[in-house]
Amino acid sequence: MAQITLKNLAHSYSATPTSDADYALKQMDHVWQDGGAYALLGSSGCGKTTLLNIISGLLRPSQGRVLFGDRDVTDSETAERNIAQVFQFPVVYDTMTVRENLAFPLRNRGMDPAYIKARVAAIAQTIGMEATLDRKARGLTADAKQKISLGRGMVREDVNAILFDEPLTVIDPHMKWELRTQLKQLHREFGHTMIYVTHDQTEALTFADKVVVMYDGRVVQMGTPEELFETPAHTFVGYFIGSPGMNLLNAAVVGNVAHLQGVDVALGAAYAPQTGRTQIGIRPEYCALSATEGLPITIRRVEDVGRHRIIRGEVAGQVVNVIAAEGAAIGADQTRVRFEPARINVYADDWRVQGGAV
Amino acid sequence: MEKTQNNKAWFLVLPVLIVVAFSAVIPLMTVVNYSVNDTFGQNDFFWNGLGWFEEMISSDRMHAALGRQVLFSAIILAIEVPLGIFVALNMPKKGFWASFCLVLMALPLLIPFNVVGTIWQIFCRPDIGLLGRGLTNIGIDYNYTNDALDAWITIIVMDVWHWTSLVALLCYAGLQSIPQAYYQAAKIDQASRWSVFRYIELPKMSGVLLIAVLLRFMDSFMIYTEPFVLTGGGPGNSTTFLSIDLVKMAVGQFDLGPAAAFSIMYFLVILLVSWVFYTVMTTLDAQETK
Repeated sequence: MAQITLKNLAHSYSATPTSDADYALKQMDHVWQDGGAYALLGSSGCGKTTLLNIISGLLRPSQGRVLFGDRDVTDSETAERNIAQVFQFPVVYDTMTVRENLAFPLRNRGMDPAYIKARVAAIAQTIGMEATLDRKARGLTADAKQKISLGRGMVREDVNAILFDEPLTVIDPHMKWELRTQLKQLHREFGHTMIYVTHDQTEALTFADKVVVMYDGRVVQMGTPEELFETPAHTFVGYFIGSPGMNLLNAAVVGNVAHLQGVDVALGAAYAPQTGRTQIGIRPEYCALSATEGLPITIRRVEDVGRHRIIRGEVAGQVVNVIAAEGAAIGADQTRVRFEPARINVYADDWRVQGGAV
Repeated sequence: MEKTQNNKAWFLVLPVLIVVAFSAVIPLMTVVNYSVNDTFGQNDFFWNGLGWFEEMISSDRMHAALGRQVLFSAIILAIEVPLGIFVALNMPKKGFWASFCLVLMALPLLIPFNVVGTIWQIFCRPDIGLLGRGLTNIGIDYNYTNDALDAWITIIVMDVWHWTSLVALLCYAGLQSIPQAYYQAAKIDQASRWSVFRYIELPKMSGVLLIAVLLRFMDSFMIYTEPFVLTGGGPGNSTTFLSIDLVKMAVGQFDLGPAAAFSIMYFLVILLVSWVFYTVMTTLDAQETK
């Protein structure tokens, strides 16, 4: 096991990249702590899988180095890196039994048969597949196959990290929850570094201690689920995490006041004058309808999702969502929306601006 | 719920039934008719029972043709299937050369059978053919018209040239459908090239391979045109396969009764072998799933 360091890493699928847009991964420095449970979150095509394949060695980065501990593995083969990877679609060797599948990575490395036998038995118990050890892998369900893929990764005791590439995509919803819980438990028990790629925020937030959000080939924020929720570093994080995402409104920010449509919105902190596009961001959870104060809102639709209601509206032509408690009355006189000042974040050109004391 | 009994829908099958009757069943029945009758001319037929069948089943001439046929099909399968897999494995997976190879591979399949025979007939002639003349010039005694072994080699090479593409293309399609993740997982598991073939590529190709083997078996077992054009069944009877012999008997000697009896048995043999083949392959498949 080792800490994984990415130094000046960048990757382009084109042989002669000319502009920034040619890079699937923009230059980045990143450290994955040994034993951490990370989620790599982002929309499709943002470079998550590219980054994962670079770590596992299936792809060689166009520039920069990959370090495992102090060892430079940029040019090492996948097999030398001692990485396990679980793919989006379950990969099992169809014609082998479950037992042979689990033993395969060890047999290829020429391990002692007695050792292999003991390891396979231990892993089968860990992933709960002792009963099906002698069945052919072909006829098993998708979640069982995915467990085998995981088991094949864990069977080697010296794996540096286990990488998951959207592993629950083809799993039934009720099995997803169970597998996720199992993963979390395995992490606690064995302490492997785990990097979990997903575009599902629930998966990311429940699995990981640290969530890494990627957008357009860049890591835009790494933080705990709470940090991502309260202080998104980039408008994409605000928009991508949360259901619905953060409300973003163009506004002029002066000191601790934002001017919007001739109405002043109080902010929780003071800000230096900003250049470029300035926006204020507020989570729907921290908005409330009001009859007397706040910004005028046009309500388009009210969705009742069971535990609360989502009010979809517009403020000065920009979408604003409000989450209201299930019992709260929504009257015709409530034509304004109020924001909690302390929960408002300010963004200049999509990046969060740190505010000072009022 | 009570199901309504209404069998009128069967009438919709009638057109197909009529077409099939005229295209297959009735012609086949005339063959059956010939096989159980004998004639001394004047279109005067009389009942012969299973006489022709008994005669054919114990005929040395037929046994010899059947033996040659089985040997031919076995050699063809033994060469074309592994060669086809090998070619498919080594074909480029994408880009210009992938399309180029596909077109190149498909070319032999597009040539009419008798043209294939003619091409090779000329290509191998020791006096003017490129191959035949070339071999003769470097001192190899090669003449497919009077040496049985040369004739066999020529026919087999011709068939391999003509049909390996089919096996290769089918295998190529099977290989292309394997997701990249399998190869990546194998890399991570440190699988050898042989293991990748044995545990990933071969199992994923088994479906198309079954089709390929079946097609090649049936086709090679019924081969007629190419050897007929190339060697005409000779020298002697050395390349007289079943269908060539059948045509000789039916059209050449006009022995309609024995020929009819024989063609029915020929048909049943192909049907039986294909059925056994298919059943064995599918049960193997089902067993593995369990």
